[in-house]
Formats: sequence, C-alpha cells, structure tokens
Amino acid sequence: MTIIVKTVSSWIKVLVFLFGIYIILFGHLTPGGGFSGGVIIAASYVLLLLAFGREYTEKNLSLPIASRLDCVAGLLFAALALFGFIYGAGFFFYNFLQQKFMADWGAAGRLISAGTIPLSNIFIGMKVAVSLFMVILVLSAFRLENVPTNGQE
Amino acid sequence: MSIPLPLFIALPLATAFLLPLFGTKAKGLASFIASLVTIILLAMSILSFGRFEVYYVGRWTIPLGINLVLDGLSALMLLTISTVSLAAMLFSNRYMEQYTAKSKYLSLFLLMVAGMNGVVLSGDIFNLFVFLEIASLASYALVGFGCEHEELEAAFKYMVLGEVASMFVLFGIGIVYGNTASLNMAVISKYVGANGLNSGLAFALALFVTGFGLKAALVPFHAWLPDAHPSAPAPISAMLSGVLIKALGIYALSRIIFNVLGVSVQVSWVLITLGLLSMVIGVFLAVGQWDFKRLLAYHSISQMGYVMLGIGMAALILSKGGNPAWASLAMLGGLFHLMNHAVFKSLLFLTSGSVEMSTGTRQLKQLGGLAEKLPITRSTCTIASASIAGIPPFNGFWSKLILVIAAVQAKFYALAAVTVLVSIVTLISFLKVQRYVFLGSLPEDLKSIVEHRGLMAFAMICLAVLCVLMGALVIYEPLRTAVLDNAVVALTDGLAYAGKVLNAQ
Amino acid sequence: MFGLYCVLVKKNMIKIVIGLSLMEYAVNLFLIMLGWRTVAGGAVAPIATGGDLLDKAGTVSQLFVSRAVDPLPQALVLTSIVIGLGSLALMVAICIRTYEKYGTFDITRIRRLKG
Repeated sequence: MTIIVKTVSSWIKVLVFLFGIYIILFGHLTPGGGFSGGVIIAASYVLLLLAFGREYTEKNLSLPIASRLDCVAGLLFAALALFGFIYGAGFFFYNFLQQKFMADWGAAGRLISAGTIPLSNIFIGMKVAVSLFMVILVLSAFRLENVPTNGQE
Repeated sequence: MSIPLPLFIALPLATAFLLPLFGTKAKGLASFIASLVTIILLAMSILSFGRFEVYYVGRWTIPLGINLVLDGLSALMLLTISTVSLAAMLFSNRYMEQYTAKSKYLSLFLLMVAGMNGVVLSGDIFNLFVFLEIASLASYALVGFGCEHEELEAAFKYMVLGEVASMFVLFGIGIVYGNTASLNMAVISKYVGANGLNSGLAFALALFVTGFGLKAALVPFHAWLPDAHPSAPAPISAMLSGVLIKALGIYALSRIIFNVLGVSVQVSWVLITLGLLSMVIGVFLAVGQWDFKRLLAYHSISQMGYVMLGIGMAALILSKGGNPAWASLAMLGGLFHLMNHAVFKSLLFLTSGSVEMSTGTRQLKQLGGLAEKLPITRSTCTIASASIAGIPPFNGFWSKLILVIAAVQAKFYALAAVTVLVSIVTLISFLKVQRYVFLGSLPEDLKSIVEHRGLMAFAMICLAVLCVLMGALVIYEPLRTAVLDNAVVALTDGLAYAGKVLNAQ
Repeated sequence: MFGLYCVLVKKNMIKIVIGLSLMEYAVNLFLIMLGWRTVAGGAVAPIATGGDLLDKAGTVSQLFVSRAVDPLPQALVLTSIVIGLGSLALMVAICIRTYEKYGTFDITRIRRLKG
C-alpha cells in the first residue's frame, strides 16, 4: 500500500475507533448500542489490516491477548448479571443501578441514566469488537500455496 | 429447595467463557472444571422435579419481559440433557486427547449445553429461537472439529440445512408476532384459545413443522443426519443424536403445537405421517449400511419416528375428543422412548467411539472378533443393542410396549403392526453389528489393540446400568409420577398452559 | 425465496453461502416491516428527542406513543443480524478449510460421503 494510504488511514482509524466508542456509550439514547458499536471498532482494526498488512496488525493487537480480552469481557457481563442477582433480591439482569444506587441521578435523555444498560453495552461492544477482529485476522491467514490442484475426490 | 432457573443457562455459559483462558498449559484443570459443571447441572436438574415455576428475568413481568418456565416436560428434558452431557464429558476427557485445542472443544461443548438448556426452559418464542441458534452454531463447529475432509464436508451440509431450518422458524415467529402482537408463549396461547387459528397462524404452523422437523431429522428432512453424525467426534455424535435433535426438534415442536398453537386433526395426521415415514425409511436404509456410525445415525432417524408417532397419536386422540387416558398413554410412550433413546443411542455412539479409538476404523467389514480384546465395550454395546431392539427387560422394551398398547387401544391397528415390524428389522440390523464387530475372527492387523480404560469405560458402564434400571421408571409408581406423569400432563393440557403461567404471577 | 433457490440450485459453495445470507436478510427485513404503523402525520422512529414528543414531566407524550413505530421487532432484528453474522463467519471459515483440503468449491466434486 502506498504512503498516502498508510498515512491517511493511520489518522482515520483513530477517528473510527472514537466514533465506535461514541455509538456504544450513547446506546441507550441514540440508535446503536453494544453490537453496532463493536462492529465499528472492529472495522477500525480492519482498516489497519488492509492498509498495513497482517504482521503489523498482529503486533498491534495479537491473537492471544485478543482471546483473553474476549473471555474477560464475557465474564464481566456474566458478573453484571450476577450482581443483579445479589442486589435485586434474586433476579438476573435486574437494573439494580437504576433502582437502588442512582435513583436520583439520571433522568431520561441524559448520559448517565438507565442503570446498568450502558455498562452492559460497553461489555458487549468490547466482546463483539474483539471477536470480529479475531475472526477477520484468522480468515486472512489463508495462503494460496497450500491448495491441492484439480480437486481430489 | 428452589434453584433459580437462569442458573441452568448461566453456569455453563460463564464456564464456556472461562475455559479458553486456561489455554494449553492447564488442560487438566480445564477438563476438571468442565466435568464439575456437568455434575452440578445433573444435581440441579434432579432437584428441580415436581415443581412448576415461572422466573421473570430482570423482574419485568408478562407482557413486558422474558420469562423462563419450568414445568414437567422441561424438567424431563433437563434431566435427559444433563445425564447425556455428563456421560459425554467424561468420555471426551480421554477421547479428545487425539485432537488438539481441547479447551476450545470444552468451551463449545458447554455452549451447546447452555443453548439446549435455554431452549428447554424458555417461555418466549424468540428466546427459544436465540438459544436454538446458540446450540446449533456450537454444534456446527463441533461437527467439523477435527478438520479432515469428510468432517468439513459434513459440517458444511449440516450447516446449510440447519440455517435454512432456522430461517423458516424465524419467519414463522415473525408471522405469529404479526398476528398476535406478543412473543410470550402464554399470551399467544391465550389468544389462540380465545380466537382460534386464522390462516396466517396456520401458515406459521406449517413453517414451524418444516423448520423444527429439519432440526429433528424427520423424513423427508433427514438428509444432513447420515453425514453429520458419523463425521463428528464420538462424544459429539452421542450428544447430537442423544439430545440435540430431541431438545431442538421434538421438544420445540411439541411445545409449539400443544401449548401454543393448539392441536387439530390435520396437524396430528401430519405428525403421524412424518413419524411413520421416518421409522420405516430410517430402518430400511440402516440395514444396508457398512459403516458403524452411519448405521447408528440412520437408526436415530427411525427412533425419532417412534417418538413422533407417540406424540402424534396423542395429538390425534386429543383433537378428535377421544378417551384422554389413551392419549396420556401414547404420550407417555413417546416421551419415555425419548428418554430411553437418549440413553441407549448415546451409549451406542460412545462404544463405537471406543472401537474407533482402539482400531482406527469404522467399517464393519474390517472389524471382527473384538470380543476378547474389548470386553467392556462389548458388553455395554450388547446391552445397548438389546435396548434399542426392544428386548425385555431393558428399557427399550417398555417404551415400545407402551406405544404398541396405546396404538391398539386407540384402534390404530396398522400403526401397531408397523411399529412391531420396524422393531424386528432393528433387531436384525443390530445382530449384524454384533456379528461383524464382536464375533467372528480377528483380522491380522487388529491383533495388537488395547482397550482404553478409565473414565471412558466408567461413562459407558454408567449408561449401561441406566439402560437396565430405567425400566423401573415405568413400573415403580412414585418415580413414574414424579418424572413422567408431570411431563405428560404438561403437554396434554394443551392450551391451559396459558392459565398456569399467567396465574403464577 | 430467491435465497432458497440459490441454496438449492447453485453448485459453487460460495454462491450457496451468499444465497443463505440473502435468505437471512430477507427474513430480517420482513420482521422489521411488521412494526410499521400507518398514521396520518407520518410514523416516527421510536426515539424521544424533545420537542412536542416529550411532556413537561419528562415522560413520553401520548402523541409519541401513537406515532412511533413498534420498537420490538427492531430489537429482534438486531439480535438476528448478529446471529446471522456469527453463522456467516463460521460458514466462510468452513468453506476456506474445505478449499484447502479439496482444492475446489464445486459441491458436486466434494462427495466423499455417500450412501
């Protein structure tokens, strides 16, 4: 890839990443939320992959670290459900932050409101972003030399 | 003791996220934790019998929220799923040493179990769909686990057909939502009880029969099963054949038809026809097979036909307004056969896995005379073959007897005759298996095999003991009432499901 | 329906995958259309962003409730799109591995399992 593409994409990828974080954080107010924000963050890494190649991207965020991050995000989400269980008198995913701790903080339409929903958005966004990144990185490792010719039966 | 219902789903799910953190360094710890989780699931499912419970996730009640419902049928399915998954997990401790990436296998396995538990417990049809997809995706990945030629081809075929089935189900769910403005099973069944089925809902019912029938591998939707089940690793074949096609296919179909959309004469005849076709075609295709696991896979199709026949007969009797005692009897036979099949079919797949691990081949013509070399495998395989063929006093005999009695009582003499005929052909094909695999002379290249003991043998012996003892479930009165009668009542009550769930708020 | 045709007729594996995705997206579109509500002033997206859609007390007004499109199918479709994404990723991975083994995408030549 030429030097123009490399320079521009190294600026743009930061903007895309930031935009993805915005979509995740404001998921309870504007369209978006965990899934779509995670996809946008993964797209910023895909930009990096396309512009710089696979080895550079692997040095940036390597596969074992990504796998660990993925599992930790999933466990944090489960822990959020568990906290709902403990604090909310026995119901999973209970919006305990809204009802118990922050009842006077957030009105509808402001950023800090709606209890545990932004937190679950963040964890899901993290997990989706890292999973998609891993999938694309692994799929791009396809090498054309290993293919047997003429299709054996 | 009241166990919160989401724990059935959350525990394997959280463990599935935890296990890849261990990587390759602490493989023993990973398998130990996974086995512990399956043991805990089994204990929890035994403790949850005899209760009817509705659990509101997030304390959002009907009609705003998603609820989980535990009734007799769900308890029965949970028990079956946890028993078979425990046996498969113990077996795969030793068997999966042949493959790499064992922690990923364990994590996918637990995801599949979490998905199946979710399907069984869900009280909301879209939630059912989501967990159906989780379990299906995990099973597609597990079928192609060792990435050899045949496994990948089988995984691709299975995946395409499974996704088409899921799309039909989603389409049906959309139509039901469009007609009833709710996704909750209790609210939909109340609506149908009040208003009956209009043409949109009837179309949705046809879509559901197609979609779930594809997942349950009923003829003519069975094309993926003979390729997918042999190519999977043996404990996965046991899980697929033993519980996945039941939890995803038969359970979901019965729940939708009996409790949500209501039985009618046309639907019951469709079910009976599907069951009959599966029974007959499955067993006749099975007799001519020379691959051990492929033969077992065709038999799965045929036995699923038995279960469908029992359920279909009960539906027909209920919709025609016949004697409810016979409907309960037919349903009892169908559900009991479901449990029995889970036990003895998974045992058969595990023994075939043990044979394959020792000898490296699955072709019946290349095996022979393994009786001295693999004694535990041989005896457990004989017990399982006797169960599936319906020889007393093993468990297969009792469930087939109940089905035949119910058919005769309800004056379906032709169905009873076909049932007995299919039983005889099953016996023939398993005699063939016994003769080719265990009796006969030992070929030259198999003279130096050893049997693998340890946890594999333990799992097989446990299932074999269950095969023998499960006959007691029908004869011994308190066990039968606790386990089977609740399940039968849950389905034959039909649309009263709505009343039970809505009044429990 | 067109997707189903693609799945049944085409022989190239990748075309089968594309046909399957087409079917999935078609069903998702169908689900979204279920939430449409025909209203005189034009239906509105279910986001309460001030103006005459919010009452003084901070809760949504009656006007909003009668004009907003049903948000439930949108939540369903979001989940369904993610599921479709996961299964597409898995299918493409299987396709790639199959290509590495067999050397062809043609399913009539990938027929080792018979009977």
